[in-house]
Amino acid sequence: MLDAKIPAGTLDDKWTEYKGHCKLVNPANKRKLEIIIVGTGLAGASAAASLGELGYKVKAFCFQDSPRRAHSIAAQGGINAAKNYQNDGDSVFRLFYDTIKGGDYRSRESNVHRLSEVSASIIDQCVAQGVPFAREYGGLLSNRSFGGTQVQRTFYAAGQTGQQLLIGAYQALERQVALGNVKMYSRHEMLEIVKIDGKAQGIIARDLVSGKLERHFGHAVLLCSGGYGNVFYLSTNAMGSNVTAAWKAHKQGATFANPCFTQIHPTCIPVSGDHQSKLTLMSESLRNDGRIWVPKKQGDTRKASDIPEEERDYYLERRYPAFGNLVPRDVASRAAKERCDEGYGVGSSKQAVYLDFAAAIIRYGKIEVGKEGNDHATQEEIIQLGKDVVKEKYGNLFDMYEKITGENPYEIPMRIYPAVHYTMGGLWVDYELQTNVPGLYSLGEANFSDHGANRLGASALMQGLADGYFVIPYTIGNYLADEIYNKAVETDHPAFGSAEKEVSDRINRLMGIKGKQSVESFHKRLGKIMWEKCGMARNAQGLQEAIAEIQALKKEFWSDVRIPGNIAEMNPELDKANRVADFIELGELMCKDALNRNESCGGHFREEYQTPDGEALRDDKDYMYVAAWEYAGDSNWNLHKEPLNYEVIKPTQRNYK
Amino acid sequence: MEHYTMNLNLKVWRQQNAAAKGGFKLYRVENISSEMSFLEMFDVLNEQLIHDGEDPITFDHDCREGICGSCSMYIDGKPHGPWQANTTCQLHMRAFKDGDTIVVEPWRADSFPVIKDLMVDRTAFDRIIQAGGYISVNTGNAVDGNSLPIPKDDADASFAAAMCIGCGACVAACKNSSAMLFVSAKVAHLALLPQGEPERRSRVLNMVAQMDKEGFGACTNTGACEATCPKEISLSNIARLNQEYTLASLTAK
Amino acid sequence: MTWKQVFTSSIGKKLVMGFTGIFLILFLIVHVGLNACIWVPDGGETFNKAAHFMGSMIVPRILEIGLFAGFFLHIIQGYLLTVQNRSKRSVGYAVDYGNRGSKWYSRSMGILGTLILLFLIMHIYHFWTPSRLGGMWNIHELGTVMYNGKEYHDLFNEMRIVFAGNLVIVIVYVLGCISLGYHLAHGFKSAFRTLGVHNNRYFDMIKATGYAFAIIVPLAFAMMPVSYYLGWV
Repeated sequence: MLDAKIPAGTLDDKWTEYKGHCKLVNPANKRKLEIIIVGTGLAGASAAASLGELGYKVKAFCFQDSPRRAHSIAAQGGINAAKNYQNDGDSVFRLFYDTIKGGDYRSRESNVHRLSEVSASIIDQCVAQGVPFAREYGGLLSNRSFGGTQVQRTFYAAGQTGQQLLIGAYQALERQVALGNVKMYSRHEMLEIVKIDGKAQGIIARDLVSGKLERHFGHAVLLCSGGYGNVFYLSTNAMGSNVTAAWKAHKQGATFANPCFTQIHPTCIPVSGDHQSKLTLMSESLRNDGRIWVPKKQGDTRKASDIPEEERDYYLERRYPAFGNLVPRDVASRAAKERCDEGYGVGSSKQAVYLDFAAAIIRYGKIEVGKEGNDHATQEEIIQLGKDVVKEKYGNLFDMYEKITGENPYEIPMRIYPAVHYTMGGLWVDYELQTNVPGLYSLGEANFSDHGANRLGASALMQGLADGYFVIPYTIGNYLADEIYNKAVETDHPAFGSAEKEVSDRINRLMGIKGKQSVESFHKRLGKIMWEKCGMARNAQGLQEAIAEIQALKKEFWSDVRIPGNIAEMNPELDKANRVADFIELGELMCKDALNRNESCGGHFREEYQTPDGEALRDDKDYMYVAAWEYAGDSNWNLHKEPLNYEVIKPTQRNYK
Repeated sequence: MEHYTMNLNLKVWRQQNAAAKGGFKLYRVENISSEMSFLEMFDVLNEQLIHDGEDPITFDHDCREGICGSCSMYIDGKPHGPWQANTTCQLHMRAFKDGDTIVVEPWRADSFPVIKDLMVDRTAFDRIIQAGGYISVNTGNAVDGNSLPIPKDDADASFAAAMCIGCGACVAACKNSSAMLFVSAKVAHLALLPQGEPERRSRVLNMVAQMDKEGFGACTNTGACEATCPKEISLSNIARLNQEYTLASLTAK
Repeated sequence: MTWKQVFTSSIGKKLVMGFTGIFLILFLIVHVGLNACIWVPDGGETFNKAAHFMGSMIVPRILEIGLFAGFFLHIIQGYLLTVQNRSKRSVGYAVDYGNRGSKWYSRSMGILGTLILLFLIMHIYHFWTPSRLGGMWNIHELGTVMYNGKEYHDLFNEMRIVFAGNLVIVIVYVLGCISLGYHLAHGFKSAFRTLGVHNNRYFDMIKATGYAFAIIVPLAFAMMPVSYYLGWV
């Protein structure tokens, strides 16, 4: 059933070969072909702009008030590219290798290699669009290093790289809107895929302002709707980020791959109470200078400053002397959870560890005093100079921390805790980014393709833009070349009618429940189940319990949810209900997938499968495959396996000790 | 940080839809933690309203980390509330004390019509960008990223302007409902880069024409926009816009 | 792009305000310099001669036409802008941003301008009409004085007639000058912003100059009626 359509030839030649032989659509025909794009983040906006430039008729949809608000905007750190501007030995192969290894050998070699190949063009394209990347005094582009790599290949714009890249893509998109090639539908949510003769031929979307359902035809449909981290309720995702578009596609036959692969980011601001609505990330770069510790005594309630040095446990440095505080995200997250579970957590919730800059401040202070040639500096002078250096490097992050917590991280160590950040799983796609439903594509975080079981920092932006700017413009032609014989289907076709009825029936059913509990309360409960039983560490018993609990929650949701307001108006509670209903179903599938995968790899840690010293234990013999789930009715899925064949790289155990 | 809880009175603008006449409504929320964000306090209020069978308050919000530009509340007479260089979602309740009455209004400008309650329509900003807020370069046309060195100072100044999140607080704060800070930030961002040079003149003329067409007021340099901007976009961008516009309009064919 | 498009755009309108504003600022410099001659202790001779020069030479007379045009444009455009800007927000705020984001006088240029306009009408009636149109119709004519056998208008004495002993008029003039001061406190720097000065090093200088100008020039003007009233000249 699953044909990845990986081109023949050596790894280095596959993409070149593909581009040389894929079918093309001539300009006159492009004008007649309509493409629907759902989501306008990096993947969606770049795809819409590029396809519009090629001459296709594009319709782009986003639920926000403007495409510029998509959550790609919140990415902080940077974007990787194999430019080797730093002369430090980077190459397409090294980026490819790091990504495969970082993903714990659960991604497809051909896709990742293509990603590395096009990465350099992304930087060129963005610079040409006016993205103000950080530069050196000589006027050339600056780079920094990121986790999981030994070269400096990350391009950045202060701590707002995602914002700058998205604005670039957004501007390119708006230019196509102005030229009439793209029609933008903001405050619209896609609620159904319309299939005709087995092919995706359109969508049903709801105008969120008027509440009206709309029918839109497209020769192809691209889902660029992002990840599903909000299934955990608390995550670093935006409040509106949702799985609905991908889930509708899944229920229309598109398989969902590796749903249990979730990235939990180690450095986030901890939960402060039940009111918490979302979590905020503190950039990975902080771990370059901050030391992570907890008290050596369980349940220690002293203030951090009152705990003497010898009573502090720098547990990452203790457990992983080679990498120390710079172990990969999944390892750092699990270690923090382990300490807190054992009762060593800090703060009022006891669900946090310290990220301490005191040592860095003194270290930098001493360097500064040394530069000044001041041999008699007081401790205060050293600390002051050190603080200035730290402020220069991380000032904006420290300010953000202080705004949220009210604590001054220059004086008191930051409290941090892991939080759900990114989902590696998503709609299964082949080499052409097409799902197993013809005409239905998925780009960016919404698909599963490039990051395996764990994503490296600064690679999400790279993948979104690679898919949109440089992959889909080629691969979609290969499909649409045959569609030129098919005229646009009128939206009064019965398939549109029945799809719309499906949607309106569901909305009516939701509105008709008139129960007692709010949508939010269900979402919170779902999040709690997922976080506790399908979060950083999972086990068979917990997952089985979670599945039962989620099924019960689903029943309760569909009989007791209360949605105020009406259908034919702006009704955010109804929008949320539509999304949470899908999250509940997805949550069940995630648990099922986690239960099926009897190994630990990347972000997926099964407690039963670990080495004696508590590290992830992969099982390449039985689980070196992509688990693609086919929807088979209520709470029922069929598993399809796409085996992963490593032709170039030899999988090994990751070791950071 | 010491935490405390507070009881608050909220005076919130309610408006069913664009056509309806709106008005203020009073609400009371209790046991609000000083650790909550302002929007989380609204979440609590909305849960309470849903429980009481009332319509919850509609407001724009998404990332809740101060970067997407969705949130847009005019709190006690200031866009995004009392803190400096801040968005509503990053405003925390420790800015308030027990017993306070907080007045919350939507952005007010005829170019930002109210959609519902505190939610307004800011698509005028998108149309201004469509008029020229871009560099025309098709995918695949780019030369190597390092082929054009850009002085660091220019790149930094360009970035400082490009930090604009398009929230519209500048318009909301301005007594003239002027969008000049928004437009100038984009014009300055692109005018400071060599890549923006070929379209420099036409860009500023077209964007200003669209800004006027959308019905935003004219700038009188009061500086309220700069004082309220969550990203501290400088008023000097407006001076740059004026210069760009003057040169472009006087030399236009 | 037509000229009409340039000058009816929002920035074009501001340009008109900025250019005419700077022109009027230049006029103020000439005006205050010339009038400061009243303090030359020669019984008004220097002042009257200077005023005569301005009134009799062709260049200042031509500039005077420009001055009226400048005033006219500045006033009309100012009112149009104020009215148009106000119309952009049909539903106002319940709580005002007020002085937290900007200075009151920056937001009150229309009102300050109106006060100055009212003052200006009175001022023209006091001095300009008698010196230029005196004798026509029923307009009061200035007295004359002889220096070195040549006849001059005695504006110096005219000022004494207007101000000495007229407390109300002196107060109105002082209020007019205060309005002018605040109008300039915003207008001076704003005009340069509008003309595109974005370099902060220069702008800081302009801002400082503007504040100094806004204090010194109106103060000097205000001291003139006060000086007459208190018998200092």
